[in-house]
Amino acid sequence: MNDMFQTLQYYFTFPFVRYALIVGVLVSLSASLLGVVLVLKRLSFLGDGLSHVAFGAMAIATVMGLSNNLALVLPITTVFSIMLMHRHRKQLQGDALIAMLSVSALAIGYILFNRFPPKGGNVSGDVCTTLFGSTSILTLSRQEVSISIILSAVVVLVFILFYNIIFNITFDEEFAASQGINTKMYNTFMAVVIAAVISLAMNLVGSLLISALLVFPAVSAMRVFSSFKKVVVASAILSVICSFSGIIFSILFGTPVGATIVAADLIGFLIMSVIGAFYKTK
Amino acid sequence: MSSINAKVQKGDYLCVLGENGSGKTTLMKTVLGLIPPIGGEIVFGEGLEQFGIGYLPQQSAVQRNFPATVKEVVYSGCLRKGKMFLSKSQKAEALKNMRLLGVDKMLNKSYRNLSGGQQQRVLLARALCAADNILLLDEPAAGLDPAIMEEMYKLIESLNKSGMTIMMITHDVNAALRYANKILHISKKPAFFESVDNYKNKVLELAKGGVVNE
Repeated sequence: MNDMFQTLQYYFTFPFVRYALIVGVLVSLSASLLGVVLVLKRLSFLGDGLSHVAFGAMAIATVMGLSNNLALVLPITTVFSIMLMHRHRKQLQGDALIAMLSVSALAIGYILFNRFPPKGGNVSGDVCTTLFGSTSILTLSRQEVSISIILSAVVVLVFILFYNIIFNITFDEEFAASQGINTKMYNTFMAVVIAAVISLAMNLVGSLLISALLVFPAVSAMRVFSSFKKVVVASAILSVICSFSGIIFSILFGTPVGATIVAADLIGFLIMSVIGAFYKTK
Repeated sequence: MSSINAKVQKGDYLCVLGENGSGKTTLMKTVLGLIPPIGGEIVFGEGLEQFGIGYLPQQSAVQRNFPATVKEVVYSGCLRKGKMFLSKSQKAEALKNMRLLGVDKMLNKSYRNLSGGQQQRVLLARALCAADNILLLDEPAAGLDPAIMEEMYKLIESLNKSGMTIMMITHDVNAALRYANKILHISKKPAFFESVDNYKNKVLELAKGGVVNE
C-alpha cells in the first residue's frame, strides 16, 4: 500500500499527470450531466455519431499537420452537432442517418490517415490513439486544461441556473414550448456544449469510447434513483468517482487510460444495477 | 384541412372531433403557437395570453419511463417564459392543483411507477399550473381503462364547471356529446363548428343516410 502511494506521489510530480487527472475528471463530469439529458431524450446515439465525426475531423487536422487539433475538431463537430440535433428528429430515418454519418466519418478519417501519414508518425499508432486515446491524455497542453476547466464550469453552472427549464424541456419539449420557453435555442446551445465536451474527450478516452462517458453514469444513476434531481446528482458523482479511480488505476498498473475509465464506468453500472435490484426509490 | 372559423368563449367546453390525420393536433399546436398558422390567424380575446394556456399533450413513450417525482412534473407547469425558479406562492398553487386532482398523496412518488390514469392526472395538474383560464387537452382519455376514462371526464367537467374553458381533442363522440357545449368537427370537407344540439342532428341525419345541409 505504501508503495502505491509512493508511486502515485512520484507520478504526480509531473505536471502532465496532474493535467490528465484534472481534465479527465472535469470532462467526465460535464459529459455525465449532458448524458442525463441525452439518454432521457433518447439521443444517446447522437453522442456516438458525433464522436466519430470528431475522429474524422481529427484525421484531417493530423494530416494537415495542425499544431492545435482542437481548432479544427471543435468547429466541425459543432456544426454536425447542431445539424443532427435539429434534423434527425424530423426525419424518419434519423437514426440511420446518424449511423451513416458515423461510419462515413470513420472511413474517411482512416483513408486520410492511411494515404497521408503524418511525418514521423505511424499509421496504426495514430489511428489507435485517436480511437482509444491511449497516450494523448498525457500530451495535454496548458491551454486544453484551461479550456476544460472553463467548459465544465459553464456546464455545471448552466445545470444549476437553468435546472428547472432543463427538466421541463427534457420531460416534455412541446409543453415547454407552449409556455413560451425557447426550446430551439436551448437545443442549439446543448448541441454546442455537447460538441465541445466530445472534442475535449477525444484526448481523454478517444473517439470510440466517448459515448461511455455520456451514457454510463446517467443510466447507472437511473437504475437506483427515480427523481430527476437525484439522477442528475448521482450521475455527476458517479462519473467523477469512476474517472478518478480509472485514471489512478491506469497510472498504478500501466493500463490504457481511456479503456480503464470505461471499465470503471462499467463496474459502476453493475454495482448500481445490483443496488437497484434490491432497493429502488419509489 | 379546409377553412375553420371557430370562436371559443370563456367557460365553453369545446370538443374537436375528426378522423386521424385531419389536423386536430395541428390546430391545437397552432393555437398554442408551437407552429405558425398556414393561413389566417388565431385571435386571443381579453384576459387570455399566448403563454397562459394549460396544455395536456399526448404522452410519449419516453415520458412514461421518465425518472421524475410527481412534484417535479407538476412544478414544471409553473415555469412560464422567462421564469427560472418557482416562487413560494407558485409552489402553493401547484400543491392546490395536485390536491384538486387527487395526486397530492403521491407527491414524492416516481412518475414512472404510476398507473396510466394517475400519470394523466399528474399531467393535468401540471397543465392547470400553466393555465390562466383555458385548458387544451389532446385526447386526455386515450389508452385509459373505461372506468378511469369516465373519472377523467368527470374531473374535466368539474374543472369546466369551476370556470375553466376547455378545448379538447377526442375520438370519443359519446363523451363529446355528453360533456361539451360546442363541437368543432374537422375533416377534408369543410369543417363545421356548431352547438352540440345542431351537431347531434347532423350526425343523426348522416347515420340515417340523409343529406346534411351545410
